[in-house]
Amino acid sequence: MKIAFTTKGTEWDSMMDPRFGRTEFILMFDEEKDELVNFDNRSIEGEAHGAGPKTAQQLLEMKPDVLITGNGPGGNASSVLEQSGTKIFVGAGQMTAKKAYDAYKKNELKAF
Amino acid sequence: MKIAIASGKGGTGKTTLSVNLAAFISENDKVVLCDLDVEEPNSGLFIKGELIHEEEKFKMVPKWVPDKCTLCGLCQEVCNFNAVIKLEKQIMVFPDLCHTCYACSELCPEEALPMVPVKMGELKHFQLNNISFIESHLDVGREQAVPLISQTIEYVEANFDKDTIKLYDSPPGTSCPVIEATKEVDFVILITEPTPFGFHDVKLAIETVKKMHKKFGVVINRYGIGNDDVLKYCKDNDIPLLAKIPNDRFIAELYSSGELIYTKVPEVKKQLKNIYDYILKLKENNKV
Amino acid sequence: MKEIVVISGKGGTGKTSITASIAYLGGKDIVVADCDVDAADMHLLMQPDFEKSEDFYSGEIAEINQDECIKCGKCKDVCRFNAIPIINKQYTINSLNCEGCGYCARICPANAITMIEQNVGKVHISNTKAGNIMVHAELGIGADNSGKLVAKVKKEAKLLAEKTNKEFIVIDGSPGVGCPVVSSLSGADFVILVTEPTVAGLHDLERVYQLVKKFNIKAGCIINKADLNGNVAKEIEEFLKKENVANIANLPYDETFTKAMTVGQTIVEYGESNLKNIVIESWDKIKELVTN
Repeated sequence: MKIAFTTKGTEWDSMMDPRFGRTEFILMFDEEKDELVNFDNRSIEGEAHGAGPKTAQQLLEMKPDVLITGNGPGGNASSVLEQSGTKIFVGAGQMTAKKAYDAYKKNELKAF
Repeated sequence: MKIAIASGKGGTGKTTLSVNLAAFISENDKVVLCDLDVEEPNSGLFIKGELIHEEEKFKMVPKWVPDKCTLCGLCQEVCNFNAVIKLEKQIMVFPDLCHTCYACSELCPEEALPMVPVKMGELKHFQLNNISFIESHLDVGREQAVPLISQTIEYVEANFDKDTIKLYDSPPGTSCPVIEATKEVDFVILITEPTPFGFHDVKLAIETVKKMHKKFGVVINRYGIGNDDVLKYCKDNDIPLLAKIPNDRFIAELYSSGELIYTKVPEVKKQLKNIYDYILKLKENNKV
Repeated sequence: MKEIVVISGKGGTGKTSITASIAYLGGKDIVVADCDVDAADMHLLMQPDFEKSEDFYSGEIAEINQDECIKCGKCKDVCRFNAIPIINKQYTINSLNCEGCGYCARICPANAITMIEQNVGKVHISNTKAGNIMVHAELGIGADNSGKLVAKVKKEAKLLAEKTNKEFIVIDGSPGVGCPVVSSLSGADFVILVTEPTVAGLHDLERVYQLVKKFNIKAGCIINKADLNGNVAKEIEEFLKKENVANIANLPYDETFTKAMTVGQTIVEYGESNLKNIVIESWDKIKELVTN
């Protein structure tokens, strides 16, 4: 399984970014390879409109099976993510990425 | 004769003035009232007439034709609004983000993004005695007001002759929608409250209409509350003060249940007459 | 740190006056962010000192370099916005009409057109009379509020709140239901809906609440001028009950709102009134709702 997180940094200890479209980083954990990679999404700050679909597109290029985030994506971004079958879990906005991962594993996060 | 009724911020009584003025004028004259606050058209709560015409309104957006597409990605590259997104095996279009510039469609080497109409809202035309009431309603979830506003104005201009008094109830603010709504009018009535918020916002609105080289005048709503800053400002800057609508809880109550005000409050009727007289004078001057 | 957003859908409900009162009561414990940049009025009550200001750039507008223009007219042909009139035999850009799509710049055979990012306003960081830090913005004429600007204001507020260890960020949210309000809500812990018992007020409340619900954010509602129309107020209360939204307070129709504003004060600074007491109680209630 490949699990993506919206975060404010590049480490397991980084805080989650509760926003989807304007998240600062996308952190991705590949469970099989036990590998953590990140994508710097901060250039999204320059987008006046349409941050959601743009970030969603970037995310899909990374091909995650699961997305863990805070509030959840807005309408446009949701419709992009629907194309991929990525499962979305929300409510992890105030945790570190590690805590969010643990919560997900224990089935404590809400499906979007 | 095209008159916009506008205000710097929401909730200053723009709709109240529009519907009452339209109803008052209709006692003597034909009048068109057009609600251009397409995101929140509220005039219809006050004016009920017979529905005589209804049409759906569309804007053009690109539509992806999978068979022709080679997924080259040029469409995404040329779109400045993130409205076209290329995924692994498909192109997605977001009509709400699209500004209908045609770039992706016309630059696509495979003609795989023809422009097609998508519905953005509905226009309704009601008749109540002398009032022709036109309102457009942006569909829920649609975000761009400007194309619907310009099409609604086109409808009004096409269906009524030049001399008819047309009142355009404009969207609030100083951004694109209000500029679209006031671009072609002969005169702008700015309505505000005599409070610090109202004063601050009307100054911005005045700056906006000046930038557009429009003639304008000010109506003070809830006159008597607050202070004299707006009044003084108008005087010092030679801005015509068209009317002062008194501050009165009874007026707020009538508004809250969707009722006309001038028929029950004589002072309001007097103030509306001042505005009407001013409009008639403008009309005379326009002819010359 | 918790993020509280105040929204109302339509204008004129008293949202800014209520937000400013909360800001006053919160004092040193909070950072205030004004994201209602279309009608940014909160500064009139908070007396910010504009300690730091920064230009804000957003959106692009085409610019034609007349020395390089070969007057082929292709730009004018493709422009759907009537933004390229010919003035004195020169192709020029009408900046009010230009949407910034960049089509003209892309197809210009002489590369004479550049897209220039626009300075559309300013973002300020201030200290207020209530001891808050306040982040606020102002936009020029014809400039649209955007998700970008709201995100910028909120980001600054958040950084400051983290740095100074504040308990709350209180945000005066954007009107409507579009991109700016989505950006206002994104990342929030609690939403205060301000409404009034008018036919239009109820309609707008229902619309904006759909967004709040979608984002799964806990919400409470303040009904302003509740006694203006008992029937509609009751309808609002029933709506809140059905949606499980806390009815934080019903404020009376009270000219204290305007009187306080007229002297540049928030409701809670201005004399003694029933209204003042209810607002103070409301803030306590909100804090409880947010932290539980």
